[in-house]
This record gives sequence, C-alpha cells and structure tokens, in this order.
Amino acid sequence: MKLTARNSAKGYFFISGWIIGFLIFTLIPIIRTFWFSFNRVRFTADGIKESFIGLLNYKNAFLMDVAFTDGLINYAGQMAVFIPVIITFSLIAAILLTKDIKGKGFFRTIFFLPVIITSGPVMKQLIEQNATSLPGISEYFSVQELANEFGLLGNLLGTVLSSFIMILWFCGVQILIFIAAIQKLDQSMYEAASIDGASGWQSFWKLTLPALMPVVGVNVLYTLVTLSGFSLNTIVQKISTDMYDINRGIGYATALSVIYFGVILIILTVFMVFINGRRKKAER
Amino acid sequence: MKKKNIKTAFSKAVIYFLLVLIGFVFLYPILYMVSYSFMDTQDLVNPFVKWIPTKLYTDNYVRACQVLDYFPTLIKTIYVNLIPAVLQTIFTSFTGYGLARFEFRGKKLVMLLILVTFIIPAQVTMIPQFLMYKDLNLIGSLYSYILPAIFSQGLKSSIFILIFYQFFKMLPKSLEEAAQLDGASFMVIFTKIAVPSALPAYIVSFIFSFVWYWNETTLSALYFGNKIKTLTLGLQNFAATYQNVYSMSVTQGGKNLNEAISMAGTLISILPLLIFYFIFQRWFVQSVDKTGITGE
Repeated sequence: MKLTARNSAKGYFFISGWIIGFLIFTLIPIIRTFWFSFNRVRFTADGIKESFIGLLNYKNAFLMDVAFTDGLINYAGQMAVFIPVIITFSLIAAILLTKDIKGKGFFRTIFFLPVIITSGPVMKQLIEQNATSLPGISEYFSVQELANEFGLLGNLLGTVLSSFIMILWFCGVQILIFIAAIQKLDQSMYEAASIDGASGWQSFWKLTLPALMPVVGVNVLYTLVTLSGFSLNTIVQKISTDMYDINRGIGYATALSVIYFGVILIILTVFMVFINGRRKKAER
Repeated sequence: MKKKNIKTAFSKAVIYFLLVLIGFVFLYPILYMVSYSFMDTQDLVNPFVKWIPTKLYTDNYVRACQVLDYFPTLIKTIYVNLIPAVLQTIFTSFTGYGLARFEFRGKKLVMLLILVTFIIPAQVTMIPQFLMYKDLNLIGSLYSYILPAIFSQGLKSSIFILIFYQFFKMLPKSLEEAAQLDGASFMVIFTKIAVPSALPAYIVSFIFSFVWYWNETTLSALYFGNKIKTLTLGLQNFAATYQNVYSMSVTQGGKNLNEAISMAGTLISILPLLIFYFIFQRWFVQSVDKTGITGE
C-alpha cells in the first residue's frame, strides 16, 4: 500500500510539468478561444475588451464569408483526395523498399529527404516556379481548363496533377511507419499461403493489407494533422490574417478556428469509420 | 529452376526501375532549384538552356545572401531552434518516463489527452496564447517558444512524449529495480540509468524537434513579430525584402527579382538543413525502428 502511494507520487512528479503545461498552454487557451468566438474582441489601451454577440461570428462565417466557405469545401475536397493518394503511395514505396534488393538505404534517404526541408516558404517558392508538378505535365493540360470543364472534381484533379510532387513530399514519415510495420509481419503466414497456392497479389490483399489496417489508421491521422497545420493551407492563412483585420478581429478568427477544428474532426471520423469497416470486412 | 531465376531477375529490374523513377520525381524540385540558381538572365530566357546553365553564374547567390542577411540570420536561426528543441526533448522525456514507469490515478486520461492534443490544430490555441504572451510582454522574444517547450506543450510534443513512452516501456525494469534496492533515489535512477539507456530516443527526438521548429512559420510569424528574423521567415518575405534592398538599383538599370535569384535564396535557406540531414541521415531514416514506435 505504502509502496504504491510512493510509486504514484513519483509518477505525478514526472508528469506534473505536462499537467501544468496542458492547463496553461492548451486547456485554458481552448476555453478562451471558445469564449472569444461568441464575442467581438477589441484591443484597447488597457488590454482587450470583449462584448458578447452570440452566434454572430459563426453566422457571418457561414453566410457572409465566401472566401472561408469556399476554402473549407476546397480543404475537405483536398483531404478526401490527398490522403488516399499519400497513403497508397507510401504503402507502395514501403513495399518496394522491403523487397530483398541492394541500395535500400540509399532510396530511403532520398524518399525521406523532403520531410527535412518541407516548409511553407520553400513549398511556395517551388510552386511559384512550377517545380512541383510532374516534369512536362503542364504541357498537356491546364488546371483552369479542367476546373472549367469538370467543376470541383476537375479542380481537384488539376490540383493533384499540378502539385503531385508536393503531395509526394508529405509521404516520408508514413513510408517509414509502413516499412516498420511490414517488417514486423509474420513471415510464416506468407509461406503457408504460398504453399496453398496463393499468388503474391492475392496474399497482399488477403494478408498484408488487413494486417496493416491499424497502421493505415495511424498514417491517416498523421497525414491529416500535418496537412491541416501546414502554413500554405488557405484556412490556416485566413485565420492568421483575419485576426488583424479591423472588421473581423480576434473574435471572428477564433470562430473560424473552432469551425475548422470541427471540420477536421468530421474528416477524421469519416476516415476512421471507413478504415474500421474495411478491417471488419477483412476479418469476416 | 532457370525459369524462376529469370522471373526473379525480371521482378528485381522492375523494382529498381520503379525506385529510380520515384527517386527522380522526389528529387526533381531540388534538381530544378540547383540548376536554375546558377542561371543568368540570358539563360533563363534562352529556350535551348533547359537544365545545364551555360556558365557557373554565382551572382544570384551573392544577391540572395544579401537579401536574407545570410550569416547573421543563420546563426540566429540555429540558436532560435536549438534551444526549444533541446528543452522540448528533455521535458517530454520526463513526461514519457513518468507515464511508462509509474502507475497513478488518471494515467489513462492523461494518455488520452496527449493524443487529443496532437489532433487539435495550433489555430485553436494560438490566439489566446498570443494574448497571454502579449500581457507578459513576451511577444518578439524566444520565451514564446521556450515556455511551452518546458511544459511539454511545444511543437508536436505529443509525438515526442509517445516516443519516450514507448522507449522507456521497452527498457527492462530490472536495472532500475536493482538500483532502487541499493538505495538510489528516483532522480538518480532516472538520470544515471534511464537517460543513458534511452540515448537513441533522445537523439531521434532532438533532430525531429529541431527540424520541425526550423520549418514552422505560422506560430513564429505571430509570436516573434518583426523582432526575431529566421531564415524560414526571411524566405517567406524574400520578394518584399528584395524590393527594399535593390529598389534603387532597379531604377538605375539594375535587375529585378527573377526565378534564378528566388531559387538561390530557397536553396541557401535549406542548405543547413540538408547538411544536418546528411550528418544525422541514419538517425532520421531508422528513427521508427530505433524507437520502436509503431503508433499504438
């Protein structure tokens, strides 16, 4: 009894920093953000002044601010396309890199390199130079034409093609996680399957993929969080600029951030439900 | 038997082909950057010069260095990112150790909240944090990075806590228990036994923390204001700064900002990271294996 009390006291000692930090830098800011989002917030000589305006900020965001609603729809569309592309590509790259070949380390080094240098400003420079589309691809089509012809879907397809390398540059960590997971898979399972006459293709769909589904979930989460926080993201930029906008200000910007968080959670839920569904189907 | 050999040789060739192809696509923007950064104005407009500049033209780099105020900014950037990264590593290891080694009430809740913190976008907390730093007069100082790092709430701190949690969980308890029987205090056990055996986790956490701090711009632009200039923020304002530095010379027949100068600026701003990567390359690429993180 005495020992466990001492044990838990030590535990609290080690995580006390985190608890204090969580309160000061996460929980209280979240509560304040939530409160601000129902207020008009102004800077005055002696600090900030709030005046309660109810849901007006939210109403304005959804009904008056086309840049925001369009940005959100565009963001959701991008996540729906980018995340599957990134996951699929990372999985393919990881499978190639776990094959028995020479020079694996070299290729891993190359595939991981973008993780080190991907920042908003670097990406912006490369996009401005058109260096993020596949070499020569812009000669065959234009994003504008695709968007005109096929609407939102064409716009998305255009974005994927024109910023294909940018999408790939977000794959580094996911590739590593997949490689580690594949290496842990039980090899005897494959031997048994191959004795039973299963082809490599079959055993991928029947064995590898179902076993990797939990890791797919981790990678989806990681990808979503990384893309949602990336500084070139239009919503991220809008929140940062609206905060200083005289007509909008802090109250409005916090309302946008609350909505944005909600949308992120919805997208995450949709993906997780989908992955769980696949897993259950595979188990049956 | 022979047929099988041919088949494996063929599939290997396909794998190599795919890897080389993907590798090229990954490196394409960097090759583009290097190639363009050495082009002069004539090369840029010459349709016959696609990849290899006609001569090694280094004036772009001279200008880019001037615009970024390169060497002073570089030293400041290293300093600004090194300190939070070191603190973040040390203090998240505390949290991770506490969670891995001790049982206490509310531990499950703490684990859950750490995961939730990972999902919450910075946008939700940054404005009240900004106001708090403003009240404390810390806007434009490094404390806006240091304070959250000390309390395990820095950039992507959840990941580092999980890395340490996993790693300390994997370490056998026996050594620590033996030391405890010998009467060593828990702080001595932590610093003398746990920390040295978790060295790989420390290295991996530090290098990732450093790189992620380096590449961050949303928070640093907000918290640092104009007071602290880093290379990443400098690159963000590259075009505007170029106008300021060279506005005189343009009117006197000088040169406007062109893509070659932008590419040179981009390249020198990531060059320290590239060098850092090639030194720690092994640690980055094997980070997942070394720390045993699979993400449960």
